[in-house]
Amino acid sequence: MKAPSVSETPSIAPRWLQPLLMLAPASLWLLLLLIVPTLIIFQLSLVPNIKPGDVVIPSGLDNYWRIFQPETFSIIRRSFLLASGTTLGCLVLGFPVAYWIALSSPKRWRNLLLLGFTLPLWTSSLLRSYAWVSILRRTGVLNSILTSIGLPALDLLYQPIAVLIGMIYSLLPYMVLILYASLEKLDRQLLEAAADLGATPFQAFWRVTVPQCLPGIAAGSLLVFITGAGDFVNPELLGGTASRTAARSIYDQFLGATQNWGFGSALSMILILVVSLAIALLIKYGDRNAKSI
Amino acid sequence: MQSQSKFPVSALFTVLMFGFMYLPIAVLAFYSFNAAPNSAQWKGFTFSWYVKFFQDNRILSALGDSLLVASLATAIAAVIGTLMAIGLSRYQFYGKKLFQGAVYLPLIIPDIAIAVATLVFLAVIAVPLSLWTIVAAHVVFCLAYVALVVSTRLTNLDPNLEEAALDLGASPLQSLVFVLLPQLAPAIISGCLLAFVLSMDDFLIASFTAGGGVNTIPMEIFSRVRTSVRPDMNALSVVLMIASASVALIAEVIRYQSEKKRFQ
Repeated sequence: MKAPSVSETPSIAPRWLQPLLMLAPASLWLLLLLIVPTLIIFQLSLVPNIKPGDVVIPSGLDNYWRIFQPETFSIIRRSFLLASGTTLGCLVLGFPVAYWIALSSPKRWRNLLLLGFTLPLWTSSLLRSYAWVSILRRTGVLNSILTSIGLPALDLLYQPIAVLIGMIYSLLPYMVLILYASLEKLDRQLLEAAADLGATPFQAFWRVTVPQCLPGIAAGSLLVFITGAGDFVNPELLGGTASRTAARSIYDQFLGATQNWGFGSALSMILILVVSLAIALLIKYGDRNAKSI
Repeated sequence: MQSQSKFPVSALFTVLMFGFMYLPIAVLAFYSFNAAPNSAQWKGFTFSWYVKFFQDNRILSALGDSLLVASLATAIAAVIGTLMAIGLSRYQFYGKKLFQGAVYLPLIIPDIAIAVATLVFLAVIAVPLSLWTIVAAHVVFCLAYVALVVSTRLTNLDPNLEEAALDLGASPLQSLVFVLLPQLAPAIISGCLLAFVLSMDDFLIASFTAGGGVNTIPMEIFSRVRTSVRPDMNALSVVLMIASASVALIAEVIRYQSEKKRFQ
């Protein structure tokens, strides 16, 4: 948007000062509490065995090597496996929902349906995860239903599967929101054209619908993957000790008994690095798709 | 999938998914009225879990801390986020794209990374942790949400209105206050409601930046539910959920009304 006359009229502040006045407060806040701190954790990550109050002398990549030791690496790998599983689960469960709301539901209900599906997002994420404890535990809702119809009870809580259920549950609304936004813009004439030209509904779906909403699929998957990779609450409440993830390890290095800020910073940097890489891929990949349509 | 004959299958699946989304909420509500503290079986109706947490001083003071943090962070973010969104829409400058990227970074960077960065920074500049440090940390992501919502609205505004005001002799400040801000108000309010709810919900950043005396409601909930199933937490969830769902509905109604006005 352009409003050129704004800066041409005489005003309370000289022209060059106006953008500064508007942008400076927020920039300063971001610079001090996001950008500078990130640089500091990068510096800290190069210091082995640092505790609060130590003198900081960057001296190498020891902390990063330690990440690739089997013990830590398995935790990192678990985080990314859980995030991948969550992404796949949200895509498989979310796509039909977004598709139905965007294309098949009565038009006047669409906003309401979407709001209804995403309403749980506005409630405490901690308590929604905690609710799954009540559902999945040995004496919980699921098992009382299973045993009452004569099936054996399942031990799901404190297993990776419970974490996966909790994570998919937490992130599904985001996936549906993003997929809905891209399905809503779908050009239906192309689908009709495909049908006229003899494509089966299945062919039309794969070759017309999916390519058109690929940017939405990529954006939704990325958001779910990133959020899942850094999730702390679900593994913590539903996962037990065998489901320890990257976020928990970082937490331990800063607030837990085994304080090591340097190592914690290195873990943090890895997480930021993977996230940035994923975003960079999306920007490149997403643009190419936008152009090819 | 788009043909009428397959309508029931995808509709049924959607209904199932709605059930999935509301199952945990229904379970919490069910347990919150169940007299049995630790059972999936219904043992009679009770209000005692609600009475219990309304008499729980730790919960009430945590709720107070959370409300204070969320209000302050949202208020600060509303002012500087709106200013920034207007500034970004109006001025071209070198590095603008990079700047915008940095603004929206908190929306995608994992909470844990923001939490660590803030803690380390506060330690380096030797600021003691307190309620104020949580506020400062929360402003970072609240700012991003306010700026995002306001920016979206700004791109859909009619720039002629502001120019007309200037042509008719309004000062830039007058046109900002009397022409631009009223048009942005619905976006600012819904951005604020979103920021408020997210601040109330944040556990990680608060626990990294809270001092000893401060305890927000997510921190209190986490410390209680981590170890055991607590019936009074079910009652608390129901109350919190009703409160934040109301906020969500208000935000949605405001958004809907302003959209409707625009297309009239």
